[in-house]
Amino acid sequence: MPKKEMNIDLEIFQILNEDGRIANTREMPQLKDDDIKRMYESMVLARVFDDIALKLQREGRMLTYASLMGQEASQIGSALALEDEDWFVPSYRENGVFITRGFPMETLYLYWAGDERGMKIPDGMNALPVSIPVGSQVPHAVGIALANKLTEKKSVAVVYFGDGATSKGDFHEGLDFAGVFQVPCVFICQNNQWAISVPVKKQTAAETIAQKAIAYGIDGARVDGNDVFAVYKVVKGAIEKARVGKGPTLIECYTYRMENHTTADDWKKYRDPSEVEWWKHRDPIERLKKYMEDEGIWNEAYDKEVWDNAKAQVSEAVKKFESVPPPSPLDMFTNIYEELPPEIEEQRKDFE
Amino acid sequence: MKLNLVQSINLALKQEMTRDPNVVLLGEDIGKDGGVFRVTEGLWQQFGDNRVIDTPLAEVGIISVSIGMAIAGMKPVPEVQFDGFSLPMLDQLYNHAGRMRKRSQGRWHVPLVLRVPHGGGIRALEHHSESLEAFFTHIPGIKVVTPSGPYNAKGLLVSSIRDSDPVVFLEPKRIYRAIKEEVPEDEYTIPLNKAEVVQEGSDVTVIAWGAMQKIVREAVEQLAGKYSVEILDLLTLYPVDRKTIIDSVKKTGRAVVVHEAPRTCGYGAELIATINDQALLNLEAPVARVTGYDIPMPLPKLENYYIPDVTRINRAIENVMEF
Ligand SMILES: Cc1ncc(C[n+]2csc(CCOP(=O)(O)OP(=O)(O)O)c2C)c(N)n1
Ligand SMILES: [Mg+2]
Repeated sequence: MPKKEMNIDLEIFQILNEDGRIANTREMPQLKDDDIKRMYESMVLARVFDDIALKLQREGRMLTYASLMGQEASQIGSALALEDEDWFVPSYRENGVFITRGFPMETLYLYWAGDERGMKIPDGMNALPVSIPVGSQVPHAVGIALANKLTEKKSVAVVYFGDGATSKGDFHEGLDFAGVFQVPCVFICQNNQWAISVPVKKQTAAETIAQKAIAYGIDGARVDGNDVFAVYKVVKGAIEKARVGKGPTLIECYTYRMENHTTADDWKKYRDPSEVEWWKHRDPIERLKKYMEDEGIWNEAYDKEVWDNAKAQVSEAVKKFESVPPPSPLDMFTNIYEELPPEIEEQRKDFE
Repeated sequence: MKLNLVQSINLALKQEMTRDPNVVLLGEDIGKDGGVFRVTEGLWQQFGDNRVIDTPLAEVGIISVSIGMAIAGMKPVPEVQFDGFSLPMLDQLYNHAGRMRKRSQGRWHVPLVLRVPHGGGIRALEHHSESLEAFFTHIPGIKVVTPSGPYNAKGLLVSSIRDSDPVVFLEPKRIYRAIKEEVPEDEYTIPLNKAEVVQEGSDVTVIAWGAMQKIVREAVEQLAGKYSVEILDLLTLYPVDRKTIIDSVKKTGRAVVVHEAPRTCGYGAELIATINDQALLNLEAPVARVTGYDIPMPLPKLENYYIPDVTRINRAIENVMEF
């Protein structure tokens, strides 16, 4: 047993069960009907965004795309727990978090179409761009959190990564620093069971990812990642704890990647269809819908409105995305240094 | 047999694994999935879990564990999924793979082959299209090999696996499936210090490797009848075949070096220094470089403006000829 008392629960924390019933009344967060509707509407919007992204990719209008389907509760539940001043440090699968935080959807589409202008973070938004090298963003969040601590800002850094990323040295070093310096950082591992074709049991011999927190002397939690209430509650708790200087938390959201890894992948090569089928019955949107219906805050007319509205927003974004003129080749030479050194200046002239 | 590059590398791996039970593959998604480029397709099915090892997602783990296995007498052939993710491996390559002989005063050596899908042009995401050969050639104790087609890929990979020193094997991913060639099923090797004279000529020497070979050949074809161009394909970047380069430049008196990597401190700079050392007085014109720019590899919308193309190569040849 570790000497210091630590807050680690390796049971999967759940509030809303697979049938859309509250399994854990005591833990249900204080949410107004409008808050719950916001959760539902954000999850639907993310799903529509995702669907259209896959369609655009099939039509050759985008390079590739990493779908978040099945992970909406992990992404939206956590995103809604952040305050505006908090930092969001993503991997490449967090389109749902981006959208929920108000990042323009057309900009995300641009990124996945291979356009550098898609990496532009809007002014005033505390977020880093998509990080493709797996796990590499974890210590950046720790650095941001350390800076926030040293400069006495109230902002918390929230970093996202996958189960595969926990094998990287970056993950280890990030959590180690976080524990040593007790920084205001929340680590959200979306354990979607697969890293491309490698299942999580081949990623680590540990039974859970949450338990890795023990080794770094920080708090850990394991959450049903398809339960938006549980995710919201645990992430909110960890953020508020971090904000008052009580240290970092590692949160494992236990969820599933319903789609291919990216559009370049074919999951049928390595996954059993029955596994995908099993998770289909745990769809996070359906689950919340059942709950809302029982509570009398969902009906067919409302649902139609939500989906129509999401489709309208996404198609507006697609329109904007498609009306962006091609980039100027000279854009290559921008944003390299504050002032372009003579070497590159010459190369740029030569290019023209 | 007509094979593309993916198939010929797959065949070389299969044959070497059959010949030598110590040859073991390691990497991410190389087993059941057959690798993201399908280079190891079918090998896990044939050789099983102990020979084709799907590792946890950790490049530093992959290279450093391979170093340990190599010291202990095996022949690991690790794969990194994309060039950009090989950068954290530089620490282990530089500090250990390349100097274990020295550090153990000859007691241990590190016979491994790190396979790296290399370069741009496949419309991939960030960090998937880098040209890092100069990082590797700068490491003492490492050999750096880069095929340009299915035939030489097989012979070079077999030689690399049989070599007793660490080899970084750069696979031009852009042409993985772009070229089919006759590839003998029978065993053959290509020495790791020999460049190929692809086409003889007397006016100017064009030096390139990897995916740039294909573009150089297309460019030179357009100049047929105008200039007599000699094309060299280096195949091994370290140790490089200086004799073939110098003999050619002494004959033609002019040279153009082409690479995709950024210009500053690119491998071309080393070649030009070598030419200056050994053939300066034979030169009729300064040696020209056609390279990428000193900027991060652009995302796909702009990558074709970055990668040297036929127009830029021919302009350099014209300039050198008209100097
Ligand atoms: C350092 C690094 N190695 C390899 C890759 C190629 N790659 C991209 S995603 C991925 C799997 C990541 O799995 P996980 O961390 O579980 O995240 P998920 O994709 O499931 O969200 C791999 C191997 C990469 N992007 N970065
Ligand atoms: Mg995963």
